[in-house]
Amino acid sequence: MRNSNEIIDDIANREYEFGFTTNIETEMAPVGLNEETIRFISAKKEEPEWMLQWRLKGFQAFKKMQFPKWQHFEMPELDLQKLSYYAAPKQKKKLNSLDEVDPELLATFEKLGIPINEQKTLAGVAVDVVFDSVSVATTYREKLKELGIIFCSFGEAVRTYPELVQKYLGTVVPHSDNIFAALNAAVFSDGSFVYIPKGVRCPMELSTYFRINAENTGQFERTLIIADDNAYVSYLEGCTAPMRDENQLHAAVVEIVALDHAEVKYSTVQNWYPGDKDGKGGIYNFVTKRGICKGNSSKISWTQVETGSAITWKYPSVILQGDDAEGEFYSVAVTRNKQIADTGTKIYHLGRNTRSRIISKGISAGHSDNTYRGLVQVGPRAANARNFTQCDSLLIGDRCGAHTFPYIESRNSTATVEHEATTSKIGEDQIFYLNQRGIETEKAVALIVNGYAQEVLNQLPMEFAVEARKLLSITLEGSVG
Amino acid sequence: MLTIKNLHAEVDGKQILKGINLEIKRGEMHAIMGPNGSGKSSLSSVLAGRENYTVTQGEVLFDGKDLLEMSPEDRAREGLFLAFQYPVEIPGVSNLHFLKTALNEIRTYHNLPALESKEFLKLTKEKQQLVDFNANLMNRSLNEGFSGGEKKRNEVFQLAMLDPKLAILDETDSGLDIDALRIVASGVNKLRSADKAFVVITHYQRLLEYIVPDFVHVLYNGQIVKTGTKELALELEEKGYDWLKEEVHQKESV
Repeated sequence: MRNSNEIIDDIANREYEFGFTTNIETEMAPVGLNEETIRFISAKKEEPEWMLQWRLKGFQAFKKMQFPKWQHFEMPELDLQKLSYYAAPKQKKKLNSLDEVDPELLATFEKLGIPINEQKTLAGVAVDVVFDSVSVATTYREKLKELGIIFCSFGEAVRTYPELVQKYLGTVVPHSDNIFAALNAAVFSDGSFVYIPKGVRCPMELSTYFRINAENTGQFERTLIIADDNAYVSYLEGCTAPMRDENQLHAAVVEIVALDHAEVKYSTVQNWYPGDKDGKGGIYNFVTKRGICKGNSSKISWTQVETGSAITWKYPSVILQGDDAEGEFYSVAVTRNKQIADTGTKIYHLGRNTRSRIISKGISAGHSDNTYRGLVQVGPRAANARNFTQCDSLLIGDRCGAHTFPYIESRNSTATVEHEATTSKIGEDQIFYLNQRGIETEKAVALIVNGYAQEVLNQLPMEFAVEARKLLSITLEGSVG
Repeated sequence: MLTIKNLHAEVDGKQILKGINLEIKRGEMHAIMGPNGSGKSSLSSVLAGRENYTVTQGEVLFDGKDLLEMSPEDRAREGLFLAFQYPVEIPGVSNLHFLKTALNEIRTYHNLPALESKEFLKLTKEKQQLVDFNANLMNRSLNEGFSGGEKKRNEVFQLAMLDPKLAILDETDSGLDIDALRIVASGVNKLRSADKAFVVITHYQRLLEYIVPDFVHVLYNGQIVKTGTKELALELEEKGYDWLKEEVHQKESV
């Protein structure tokens, strides 16, 4: 019988399925980070002056900041002067419809399983596709427009809906929030913009698919989602990148605003290139995601399935400002080989009767390190606030690590904060039991892991839950002997 | 169907099985009894391929194939089923999803197409009624929060679903009250057929009142020391194992 190390090696050598590159003529900004770079990006995107000024403010803040030191991993050396901050597929002319998208690009996304052609898309999902620094296509725009829903690239929103963008941009994640958010503010390229008007329930899933293709670039997209009074939207992002020996930086910002009685569900299936078995290459996924439940009885729910990236470092957060507001965070983070994840959430209870629920499932295999870090803060006005946190860690093999750092700060004596944590290993007994029913070890592990992550996967929209399940199985194939 | 020849096995360097010989034919019901620590459960573990047991000598043929060369999953796919003494819990994995996966793995091995959901559900219903398994438990997570009795009954339900050639029931009667025992036994009896064989491992004669064996073997100190029919089980119930142990020691000293 094969021992666990042999099998772990097998999986380590597995190819990353989405590691191909697309040969497409790309327009890049000169390498380096300075004011010129920022003016170049802004000009490329034909931005108004206010947008350029906001970027420059971000850059000023960035210059004064240092990389943090509190994270539970060794900060890799990042030479931000060696990156190019803008890369876009060359376009001969402005696109009037999806039919005019470069066939090479269409083929790329077909290969990734993201058909841009509306007839072929999953029923009920509208997709915005971001390739390197720009949005290349957004489907179902017309249909959504009839309901007053705006779903377009961020660049287009800046030009077409400047009042909305100006009103909300940076209100949840300020330009000076942290060094990566400040960098993003300065050089962000594209991303998605969503506005759901009062009383509208968005009839389809909105989705953005991010693809890094070009070499020596970073990806800095920015997403802004606004759900007006009584509105509802479910939003999903997915991402992949080619296999490269160099590390690539992905420093995105997502801001969500939920007004009175509005609800936003944000789901992520993250599968950036994780690097090879020795930890060479892979994406640094340093992302700031935050939502504010501004209105009473509003709700924001984050669901993330994190399987990719060399380092995943992010804390999708919710500020519960309105009374009776509700925040949720559901996470499955899988690490293997030398991957690192330091992820979790921050929930700020400000309003009365606010509720939050945190379910985090970490799965570590190989030599990886998986950290849950979470903050639950209850303010003095947040009478009867309630939080429930459960964070579980599952270890596969004996060379990986799992860590939990929960922070709880309560300044209201009527608040209830509960925290439960468990650590377990996949048992040989469980695997043998499944073997004895005819199920081979790799499938047995996939079954056990999927069962373990069930509570989180259940939160994903159905089509994506299927994808996520597959991804979990593939990611962990062969991690146990 | 199953031929065990001079089987020796050890665990953690300790000799547990010391030369087991046993021949099991289609349609037969064998009972294996014996005092604690005699090697009953070890025998089932070795046959199923549990990793921490090392076979040091002997061979086992399953329908002519070398069983000991096969991985545990291939033994299962070839038609060997072990009803566990302590079935494990697997949270979040529904009983039905697990069974469907298992069934289709076995079918794929035999070059059969996977069962369509509809056919699978039909089969499920049929077997669930056959062995009188609580339908509510089918959609629950595998054995999670099941009572001891429910877990044992789930083993019999799985046995019915996977339809193996040879089923080994490892102390399936332990921890069952008399009603549950009857239901489990009646389930097993319904599954008996001319082309299937059973090995029932038990401490007590009680189970054999309901599942009537063709042969009763007594395992002691890693060997089968006596073989008889169901009367032997009654005799053991009455007299205990000591007289057998003495017989063995006398033989050894001769």
